[in-house]
Amino acid sequence: MAIRFDKLGVVIAAIAAYGAVVAPFATFRANRIVAGEPRSILEALPQWSGAALLAILGAAALVALLKTPLALRLAASVVVLTSLALLIGVAGAHLTPEGNSFARVSAASGFWLLIFAFTLLLADGLTRLQLSPVGRVAVLAVAAAAVWLLLASGAWNDLSLLKEYTNRADSFWNEASRHVTLALGSLVGAVAVGLPLGILCHRVDWLRDGVLNVLNIVQTIPSIALFGILIAPLGWVAANVPGAAAIGIRGIGVAPAFVALFLYSLLPVVANTVVGLAGVPRAANEAARGMGMTDWQRLRGVEFPLAFPVILTGIRIVLVQNIGLATIAALIGGGGFGVFVFQGVGQTAMDLVLLGAVPTVALAFAAAIILDAVIEMAAKGRPVAEAA
Amino acid sequence: MRAWLPLFLRLCVLALLVAFLVSPQVFEPLLKPLTQNGAPAIYNQGSLLSLALQHLRTVAIATVAAIVVAVSLAILVTRPAGVEFLPLSRSLVNIGQTFPPVAVLALAVPAVGFGEKPTLIALFLYGLLPIFENALTGLTTTPANVVEAARGAGMTGWQRLLRVELPLSLPIILAGIRLSVVISLATATIGSTVAAKTLGEVIIAGLLSNNLAFVLQGGLIVAALAVLIYDALSALERMAARRMGQVSAE
Amino acid sequence: MIEIEHVTKRYGDVAVVDDVSMVIEPRTVTVIVGTSGSGKTTLLRMINRLVEPTSGTIRLDGVDNRTVPGPQLRRSIGYAIQGHGLFPHRTVAQNIATVPSLLGWDAGRIRARVDELLSLFQLDPAAFGARYPHELSGGQQQRVGVARALAAEPNVLLMDEPFGALDPIIRTKAQEDLLAIQRRFGTTIILVTHDMEEAVHLGDRIAVMDAGRLIQYAIPAEILARPANDFVETLVGASDRPFKLLSLGAVRDAVEPGEAEGAAIGDEATQRDALAELLWSGRAAMPVTDDEGRALGRVTVNGLVKRAARPA
Repeated sequence: MAIRFDKLGVVIAAIAAYGAVVAPFATFRANRIVAGEPRSILEALPQWSGAALLAILGAAALVALLKTPLALRLAASVVVLTSLALLIGVAGAHLTPEGNSFARVSAASGFWLLIFAFTLLLADGLTRLQLSPVGRVAVLAVAAAAVWLLLASGAWNDLSLLKEYTNRADSFWNEASRHVTLALGSLVGAVAVGLPLGILCHRVDWLRDGVLNVLNIVQTIPSIALFGILIAPLGWVAANVPGAAAIGIRGIGVAPAFVALFLYSLLPVVANTVVGLAGVPRAANEAARGMGMTDWQRLRGVEFPLAFPVILTGIRIVLVQNIGLATIAALIGGGGFGVFVFQGVGQTAMDLVLLGAVPTVALAFAAAIILDAVIEMAAKGRPVAEAA
Repeated sequence: MRAWLPLFLRLCVLALLVAFLVSPQVFEPLLKPLTQNGAPAIYNQGSLLSLALQHLRTVAIATVAAIVVAVSLAILVTRPAGVEFLPLSRSLVNIGQTFPPVAVLALAVPAVGFGEKPTLIALFLYGLLPIFENALTGLTTTPANVVEAARGAGMTGWQRLLRVELPLSLPIILAGIRLSVVISLATATIGSTVAAKTLGEVIIAGLLSNNLAFVLQGGLIVAALAVLIYDALSALERMAARRMGQVSAE
Repeated sequence: MIEIEHVTKRYGDVAVVDDVSMVIEPRTVTVIVGTSGSGKTTLLRMINRLVEPTSGTIRLDGVDNRTVPGPQLRRSIGYAIQGHGLFPHRTVAQNIATVPSLLGWDAGRIRARVDELLSLFQLDPAAFGARYPHELSGGQQQRVGVARALAAEPNVLLMDEPFGALDPIIRTKAQEDLLAIQRRFGTTIILVTHDMEEAVHLGDRIAVMDAGRLIQYAIPAEILARPANDFVETLVGASDRPFKLLSLGAVRDAVEPGEAEGAAIGDEATQRDALAELLWSGRAAMPVTDDEGRALGRVTVNGLVKRAARPA
């Protein structure tokens, strides 16, 4: 039998080869601020493990390169990703001189390229598996548990990222809860207001175009500007409305961020409610009316259940978007993971940027997977779902 | 009266925008009440017009690059030779869109340093996704019987792509470009946190000096640009779609 | 002449077309009938190589169709499909000009050909040429679809359920137009349908397919009179078989000497129409005239009933 190559495998193997051989695996810095020195796999790891990693990478790249069974490809990607995760911690311990608390070791471009290459292989395998919604959430849960285990075991404690975390452990969790509060709270507010508004827009023609146009324009205002613009009116409210300041309304800080996120969230919620309701089959509505349902009964019993998957899609868009946008809140003192990102950018401390960016991406990614699964389950057996 | 009103409003917005960019001093009395302690009402650390032009330039470069790459990739994965990449590229687009623009921007800094470059990279990467997604949708949902008829008429693969599939996907690709441009216009302002010359500079200067007038003028200029460009691209899309008897993909 | 020899198409283990052989005479209309999944469309698409056979050969006028590159082969064969498949982004004239422009005809020749075809299909070139497909009615779209297939003057026209999307009245008209055009150009037409009525009406010969196999290939009268098996019989429809048989013959062939009372019927009408008219008007016989109104004789209920009986 002739050897057959997998096209995606060629790309993966090429990236992996570059990442393993040419690009540095880790960066060593004498302290937090100075420029780093690159270290290859063999330099960064104790002898046996460096060679072992290269062997594993070679074998996995071969699995990717050739046409191999799906199970083998998945196993290879999981093995490589696990080894990389464990060994970057080993590199941290190996490269940090004994007792030196200033030295910093972080993952370098080679490591990230290898992660990228084999995540591609994993993603391709998972895509081809065509997992059920529950299956996808289960995979997510396993991945999250694995990362948690690595963090808890202290395997990564010698990495710069974790040192940045250790220095800020308290504020990290504060900002995390602030971030989630901002993203989720504004979503809840947007749903509470947007859903009735969407239903109203569906029923009242002349209202629809006006409301959607205004919300469309709100979306075009750049986020940092909207955050900033809200400082003035909220400051005025805090100063002039009795009790407003007591419940936390202030010109800077959480309040303008919350309001801005709320305003951005309205459009997807309202628009998807309108689209979802408009997509309800005419026949179903006619039948409901013919059987003597009142407007309210029709809304509750027919229209809303049929439009539900589309409305959920709007909620997914909002949640993912809000988790990202909440980072901007840091610029106006609103807190959230953005604090670390902008501090890091200011100090050119890459690992601090990562401390803010990685949890944000992980949160958004998890939210997307979970809500996608929920949407798929909600849409099951409902042909109107494709109206989204 | 309903027909000309939107056009009239747009022309007003355009006229105001141009007037403000060319001679912002005229508008000073309007913005003065927003400032405190005699702070300047009009941005004074550079020309608004040149910042706006640089903002547009950055967005334009990133968008053109994103269009070329995204459409080529979409063509590649919808040809028989690239079809193996199709499912994966769909998942990648889904995953990619969960990355917040700020994170992309911040992560690009260590790779290329401060200034315009990380902004260009972030805008390019972030702009790729909607265009690629729409191009993919367009190219994979061309009506089967139309493609069948093209094959039956004896068109080669290239002829089908150039004469049938791409023209038919044009409205939906344009919709992706529109989305991408609007996101980029807003995201470019964040570029100023990494020292890119964009209108974000005005907003950030306002945030730092607690000068609401700066924040407002920076934000409104970007919003006006976005609304006008969004409208122009929508009109282009409707023109392309109307010829095919399709409803515009709004 | 089209010779199909032992053609088989497999997808995996399933033979969609299973060892089919048939010869299609030039300048005739051949209708392939079958239920969905019978392989009839696949067989049609193997003639212009939209589908490549797994085994077997197809020769067009003696030339193996695999010796010509696919696109080039398809430019020489007309192809019309259900739902017309018109290019929505091109005008009617540009649609019809598709194959001529692929073949590199000069602009003047293309324009002349487009105008000729539009006129032939009763569409005013000045009014319709510049329109887009969505601005036409269903029947007009279908006509443009056929005009496009005929644009490069092909000897062979393949049609896949071309009238499937039309309502009954427009469909009858479209069928008549097709027969008129076939007579005018002498095109060899191979048409796929699931409608036996349409097959009997249009076909010089009918090929019945089931589960990938060619069950029966014969003239319509033969299919009606002697269905090869139960499947063909079901397809023919036992209850109105006699009427279908009568619809194949013209009144001209059923004329008996003698006279009759009442309104006359033209000799070009079908025997089915004549019987229907007799039963409806409660007469036993009616006069027959030719197209210039001269009396030719009469047709009788008894005579027609005998003709509707199963042939020996």
